[in-house]
Amino acid sequence: MISDLFSVTVLVGILASGIRLATPYLYAAIGETFGQRSGVLNLGVEGQMLLGAFAAFYVALTTGNLGLAVLVSMLVGAILGLAMAFVTVNLHAQQGISGIGFYLFGLGMSDLLFQKMLGTVETVKGFPKIHIPFLSDIPGLGEIFFSQNLMVYVAYLLVPIAWFVLNKTTLGLKIRSVGENPEAADSLGVSVAGIRYFTIVLGGTLSGVAGASLSIALLNVFQQNMTSGLGFIAVALVYFGGWRPWGVLGGALLFSMVNSLQLWIQVLGIPIPSDIAVMMPYVLTILVLVASVSRVRGPSALTKPFERED
Amino acid sequence: MKKTVRLFMLFALLALVVGACGTPATEAPAPAEPTQPAAPAATEEPAMTEEPAMTEEPATMEPFRVAVVMPSAINDLAFSQSMYDALLRVQADMGGESNFEIVYSENMFVVDDAAAAIRDYASQGYDLVIAHGSQYGSSLQEIAPDFPETSFAWGTTVDTFGEPNIFAYEAAADQGGYVNGVVAASLTQSDVIGVVGPIETGDAKLYVDGFKAGVAATNPDVQVNVNYIGSFSDVALASEAANTHVSAGADILTGTAQMVVGAIGVAEENNVLWFGTQSNQTSLAPSIVVASQVYHWEVVLNEIIDSIHNGTLGGTSFTIDLENGGEVIEYNPDYTIPAEVQTLADDTVQGIIDGSITIEMAE
Repeated sequence: MISDLFSVTVLVGILASGIRLATPYLYAAIGETFGQRSGVLNLGVEGQMLLGAFAAFYVALTTGNLGLAVLVSMLVGAILGLAMAFVTVNLHAQQGISGIGFYLFGLGMSDLLFQKMLGTVETVKGFPKIHIPFLSDIPGLGEIFFSQNLMVYVAYLLVPIAWFVLNKTTLGLKIRSVGENPEAADSLGVSVAGIRYFTIVLGGTLSGVAGASLSIALLNVFQQNMTSGLGFIAVALVYFGGWRPWGVLGGALLFSMVNSLQLWIQVLGIPIPSDIAVMMPYVLTILVLVASVSRVRGPSALTKPFERED
Repeated sequence: MKKTVRLFMLFALLALVVGACGTPATEAPAPAEPTQPAAPAATEEPAMTEEPAMTEEPATMEPFRVAVVMPSAINDLAFSQSMYDALLRVQADMGGESNFEIVYSENMFVVDDAAAAIRDYASQGYDLVIAHGSQYGSSLQEIAPDFPETSFAWGTTVDTFGEPNIFAYEAAADQGGYVNGVVAASLTQSDVIGVVGPIETGDAKLYVDGFKAGVAATNPDVQVNVNYIGSFSDVALASEAANTHVSAGADILTGTAQMVVGAIGVAEENNVLWFGTQSNQTSLAPSIVVASQVYHWEVVLNEIIDSIHNGTLGGTSFTIDLENGGEVIEYNPDYTIPAEVQTLADDTVQGIIDGSITIEMAE
C-alpha cells in the first residue's frame, strides 16, 4: 500500500493537485507580502477573497465574460483595500482588530449578497484548462505543469514579478524602507501614507483575484464561506515564507502538496485514520513556522501605525 | 515590537487551527431578531380547503410556530436545505404562512451562538424549536428543562436525553446510500468508485458505509475509495479530493454534506457520474447526476406536530427511511439509466422496505 504512493499516477496526481490548491494562496499571500513589507498586517484577506469570489462569480454568471469578472473582483478587492488603508493609515486603527472586522464584513456581506442575488448554489462556466501545445504532451510533467487554467499560470508568474518589484525597483525599496523605518523613509521624502495605501490596495486587489480564482477557475461555484479559512492560511504563509515571494511560494506549495498527499493516502487505503491525515498539512505548517520564526526577522514597523512628528 | 509580531503569529496560528476545523467563526446573526418568516413556497392559497387537522382549540386560529436552527445555509443543496424544504412543504400542506409560521437561524456552526438562538426562540414561545445538527445536543439538554411548555426536536440522533419535551430524529442514510451503491456498481466501467466525505461521523459515515455495502453486494470486484476531507465547508479541498479519485481511475463519484458542490464540478468537468444525497443535486450538473437520495423530513415533522397537538411534547425518536417515505431516491430525468439497472434499483428499494435485503456494513 505504502509503495503505491510512489507510482507515477500518484506522484503526478499529488503534484498537479498541489499546484492547483496553491493558486488562491499565492494570489492572497503575495498581496499580503506587499502589505506586510510596508508595515501593515491585513487580517481581512479572507473577507476580501469572499467578496471577490462572489463578485467574479456573479459577473461571470450574468455576463459570461470572464475577463470582466476578474476585473470586477479586482475592483471589489481594491475598494476593500482602500477602506482598510483609510482605517489603518489615516485613523491609526489597530491593524489586527480592524482586519478581523473586515473579515467579518466580507463574510457576512458575501453571504447576504449571495442570498439576495442568487439564492441557491449554481455553477458557472469558468476558465477552461489550457493545454499548452507540445509541452502538455510530455508524460507526467505535461499534466502537472502545462494543463492548468489561465489563473493558475498567472499566480505563479506573479512570484518572480513580486520578487523583482520588491527587490529590484525603487518602488520596492520605498516599500521596504517604509516597513523597516518609516521615520527615516519619511525624512527622505518618501510618502509613508502613499506607499502604504498602494500596498494595501494592491493586497486587496490580489485577494479579490484569489477569490475569483476559486469561484470562476478552480471550482466554478459560489457557496457561503467557500474560502473556509484559506485567507488566514495565506496570512500565515507570509510569515512562513519569511516575507519573501519565493518563500511564500515554497510555503504555499509545501502546504498544498501535503494536503494533496493526505488525500491520496486515504484513497490508497493506507491505514491512517482520516482525522490524522487531514491534520498533516496544518501540523507541518505549524512546525515549520515555529522553526522559522526565530530565524527570520519580520519588517520592524509591522503593525505599527506611523505618525509624523512635526 | 517583536512581541506584537509574536502576538500576530499566534493569531495566524489560531487561524490555521480554525481553518483546520473548516469553521471560521460565523458572525452570529443576532438571534434576538431571527430571519423573517419564510415566504410560503406554494402560492396556491385556495388549495387550503382542508382545515388544519388539529381543531382542538377552534376558538383561536393561532398559527403553529416553528423555529429552526441550522449549521449551514437554507440553500446549501444538502443537510440544512433538506430540513428547510421539508418545512416549506409542511407549511404548504397546512395552508400557508397564516397557519404555520417558520423562522430560522442559518449558518450557526458555532454551537454557542446556536444555543443562544435556541434559548431565544424558546423564550419567545415557539411551539416547536428544531435544533438541526447533532452538535447542538448538549446545549439542548441544558435548555429544554427550562422551557417545559416548549417542544424541542433534535437531529440527527436517536437520543432524547429522557426529557419529556425533546423529540429526536434521524435519517437512515445507509438505505439510500445502499441503493445509490447498487446503481453505481452496475454502471461503473472502470470498477473504481470515489467517495468524498466530510468528517467520519454521523449521517455522513452512515451514508458512506451504506453506499459501500451496496456496491459490495452488487459487484465485489468494484473498489470504493473513500476520502474524508475533515471539513464541511472546504469546497476547494472537496474538489481536489474528487480530482484525486478521478486520477485514481474512478468513473463514478458520490459524496455527502454541503462542501461536495466542489466535487460535483470536478465530476462534470471529467464527465464522471455523480450520486447525491440529502437534497436533490441534479440542478448542479444535469449531465452527470444519476440520482440523489432526498430527505423528506416532513414525515417526521408531521408526526411531531401531531404529537404536540395531542399534548405530548417529546420523548420519542423518529427515523426517516425508504419505507415511511422520508427518504426518496430521485432520479435525474435527463440521465437515462439502462432499464435493467432501473429495475434492480427499484427491487433494491423494495427489498430494503420488505426486509429481504439487509444492509451489511463493514466494520
